[in-house]
Amino acid sequence: MIGNILILLPLIGFFVLLMPAFKESARRAALFFVGTEFLLSLIAYGLNLTDGNSIFLKSDYNWINAINAHWHLHVTGVSLVLAILNAIVFVLIFLSVDKNQYGENENVFYALGLLMQMAMMGVFLTRDAFSFYIFWELSLIPIYLIGLKWGENNKEKITLKFFLYTFIGSLFMLAGFIYLYHHTALLNEKGIRSWDMLDFYEAGKLLTPTQQTVIFWMIFLGFAVKIPVFPFHSWQPDTYTAMPVQGTMMLSGVMLKMGLYGLMFWLVPVLPAALKEWQSFLLLLSLIGVIYASLSALVQHDFKRLLAYASMAHVGMISAGILSNTRQGWDGASTQMFAHGIYVTGLFYVVHLFEKHTGTREIGKLGGIRNLNGQFSNLFLIILLGSIALPLTHGFVGEFLIIVGLSKVSLSWAILASSSVILGAVYMLRSYQKMMLGDVVKTNYTFGALENKDKWSLFLIVACIIFLGIYPQALNMFSTLTIQSILK
Amino acid sequence: MMALLVIVIIGTITLLAEIFNFKKVIYPLSLIGILLALGMNIKEWNNNFSWRYSDNMVMYDNLALAFSSVLLITVFLWLMMSKNYFNDETSIIEHTSLVLYSLVGAMLLVGFNNLVTLFLGIEILSIPMYVLAASNKKNILSNEAGFKYLIMGSFASGFLLFGIALLYGASGSFNLSDVQLALSTDIVPKFAYAGIIMILIALAFKVSIAPFHFWTPDVYEGSPIVITALMSTIVKTSVFVAIMKLFLWYFYPAYNHYVEVISILILISLVISNFSALKQQNTKRLLAFSSISHASIMMLLIISDVRNSSTVNALLYYTFAYSIASITSFAVIHFVAKDKDEQINVLKGLMYKHPFLAISLMIALLSMAGIPITAGFFAKYYVLSQLMVSGYKWMIIVAILASILGVVYYLKMVLAMFENDKKSENIAIQLSRNEWLVIVISVLLLVVAGIYPDIIAYTFKQ
Repeated sequence: MIGNILILLPLIGFFVLLMPAFKESARRAALFFVGTEFLLSLIAYGLNLTDGNSIFLKSDYNWINAINAHWHLHVTGVSLVLAILNAIVFVLIFLSVDKNQYGENENVFYALGLLMQMAMMGVFLTRDAFSFYIFWELSLIPIYLIGLKWGENNKEKITLKFFLYTFIGSLFMLAGFIYLYHHTALLNEKGIRSWDMLDFYEAGKLLTPTQQTVIFWMIFLGFAVKIPVFPFHSWQPDTYTAMPVQGTMMLSGVMLKMGLYGLMFWLVPVLPAALKEWQSFLLLLSLIGVIYASLSALVQHDFKRLLAYASMAHVGMISAGILSNTRQGWDGASTQMFAHGIYVTGLFYVVHLFEKHTGTREIGKLGGIRNLNGQFSNLFLIILLGSIALPLTHGFVGEFLIIVGLSKVSLSWAILASSSVILGAVYMLRSYQKMMLGDVVKTNYTFGALENKDKWSLFLIVACIIFLGIYPQALNMFSTLTIQSILK
Repeated sequence: MMALLVIVIIGTITLLAEIFNFKKVIYPLSLIGILLALGMNIKEWNNNFSWRYSDNMVMYDNLALAFSSVLLITVFLWLMMSKNYFNDETSIIEHTSLVLYSLVGAMLLVGFNNLVTLFLGIEILSIPMYVLAASNKKNILSNEAGFKYLIMGSFASGFLLFGIALLYGASGSFNLSDVQLALSTDIVPKFAYAGIIMILIALAFKVSIAPFHFWTPDVYEGSPIVITALMSTIVKTSVFVAIMKLFLWYFYPAYNHYVEVISILILISLVISNFSALKQQNTKRLLAFSSISHASIMMLLIISDVRNSSTVNALLYYTFAYSIASITSFAVIHFVAKDKDEQINVLKGLMYKHPFLAISLMIALLSMAGIPITAGFFAKYYVLSQLMVSGYKWMIIVAILASILGVVYYLKMVLAMFENDKKSENIAIQLSRNEWLVIVISVLLLVVAGIYPDIIAYTFKQ
């Protein structure tokens, strides 16, 4: 019930904002929709507190009879956590938009954003592989258009590359899904095929090891491009840099969680034998990604591009946690997904503020901002410390659990992972030092007081990071239940 | 069956317009006639009409009714989009009646049960098309297109006749049930197989499967754009029904003799069409190659070796999705380019000049590229999932790779729309009410069929 509303509300918002009548009040209308969506996600949270299996959280209808695809949603566990993340990040994104940033067609930007929120909400909530794929692909179109319309230099080439990469990946994923779908016929005597998540888990076990490996890699390709895991990442830094900053927030804050979520619930439990066979290789790829991205981040001059690499390093850790296939690793991954969503949004928000106040985001051209605006630099520092997983921040809980999970597989993985985390502290603290501390660089910029909306958004982010760092159980108590039921 | 008669009658009435001087009403008359025919189709559903007087030459069962409805919807939208093609007082009668007669041929082709009706259908469909392709008399390219189409099409008809003759020689009958019976015996002469291949060649020519596709880009480019739109929709739909009926059902006993030939044809055309389309600068040529690519994907149904309602559903859905997307994209290009050359450049900056047209064209192109939630995605999905249980699983990979190339060239047009073109900012595009309506209807059809595909893909139940 509530899942339907969570998906339909942004869709209604999409159509409403496209109407010319709302051109003037686009911002207010958009904030109304994401705000209501956020409240709804909190209601879903409240319902989960009473009973995770209540009928208000589930819905199941026939959708396409010809292929037995269902509209099957369940708002609980990790899905709930990511739904809340999706709702909260979009509030922050829409708050960060400045007057006239998107010109006269501002309403189109908001509309596309809402469409994207709707598609990603669907990805997180659905229990049906077919609608999963539909939502997955649907989420690509609005972000592509946002990049194409409002992106920076060379946007045509970069967005095309982004589109093709992810599209190729997801087509292979679809082929893998269809193959599994045909195998679900073996599960019952009548030979009825189904797209249901639990049927996929059963059908996957019926495949021979060779089939499992082929299908595993086909589906993995789809998720790996989106995350991105190491050799499939080359679209990511360019795209993150070329998107308008709100688009980057959407991509890094929520969209890459789609890949991680898919890895967690649509791949690892479906084909466990194939994972077992390839686990070392996959962990190696993830951790190479962490180290590679951290080293690349060290040498960046553009703060936005640095964050793109940093984000890639962080998600490499998360995917390692998932691929460890242990309960702690998964707990850590689900915690870290939320934490990463919040602090990466905060960091790109900071990039936006740099551009707005000083007109540049080159690390070398900035300096001494702490002397100009102490409040901003304190908030930035907390978000930054959250991103390098200092204890008492939410990121710490996640990263700690992931490393515990990895140590269950083999101690050497845990050592490799924890040593690569240090690199994160290096590039983050170094860039903070250069941009915020020291003397004001002799360029003519000022850094005045923050606007109220920016201030409160940063406060909200900081509050999330610290509150959940102290009391991670607030979200973990739901995700743990789902994880326990899957990794028995 | 009544629908066919209605269209024939309307077509004949338009010929009389010159004598009785009612030229003004023939455009609305043909629109009403098509709606009437559509109503007849709905009324006759489940009647299984068959023309007993002439050896069941025409059989209007549910299959024929469903596909002829797709044809009628397509032509209805087409007539609405190409109203200015019928503005010219001197040629309105020829234009209208030729279009209606080619529709008659197409409708005959979805309901044939006899090799003679097959030939008649193909010819009634094609001959008006030859004339229409050359209907822009003052344009040398249009003349070339008509001439080329005529010459090449006549060759194809020759092949078709030769094939029919060989099959007749082998079975002693034009009736396809008898032909099927003859093919399933052991004593059937070997030249019957040659006949089947010849018919295959002729039909492959009509739907432009490589290597019989060479006429397509030139004819598509040379013809007036509205005729290109007509050509790429109703010809494909109707001839594919013929191909499905012949090569999946009637010639089934000889299936193993030709299935490999078809698979090679598909492979060649998937590769040639998609790679050639990458380099095109003219929208009509690009869409010509895209139509070859779509034809080869539809052809995959033949090698799937599945003979039940799901194949028919898949073809019905594909032809519908493809026809509507084609009509939409040709319509937008037609409205934007007006009388200019239809290079991709004319789309430059369309997003800023006329967002409505740009978004519609984008949805149509995304549908052709097969991206959810548009109808084109489900069309491709149904075809490829049919293939999943056949012996040609590897063809799925080829088709997927081909679709990826497809995305590249469709997005090339989308990119052009987003490019900022300062120079031609002042040329305003104005749409009449008809033109608005046709775009709105077809985009709605694409999206609704994409969200709830059951309305079409569940027409024939098990």
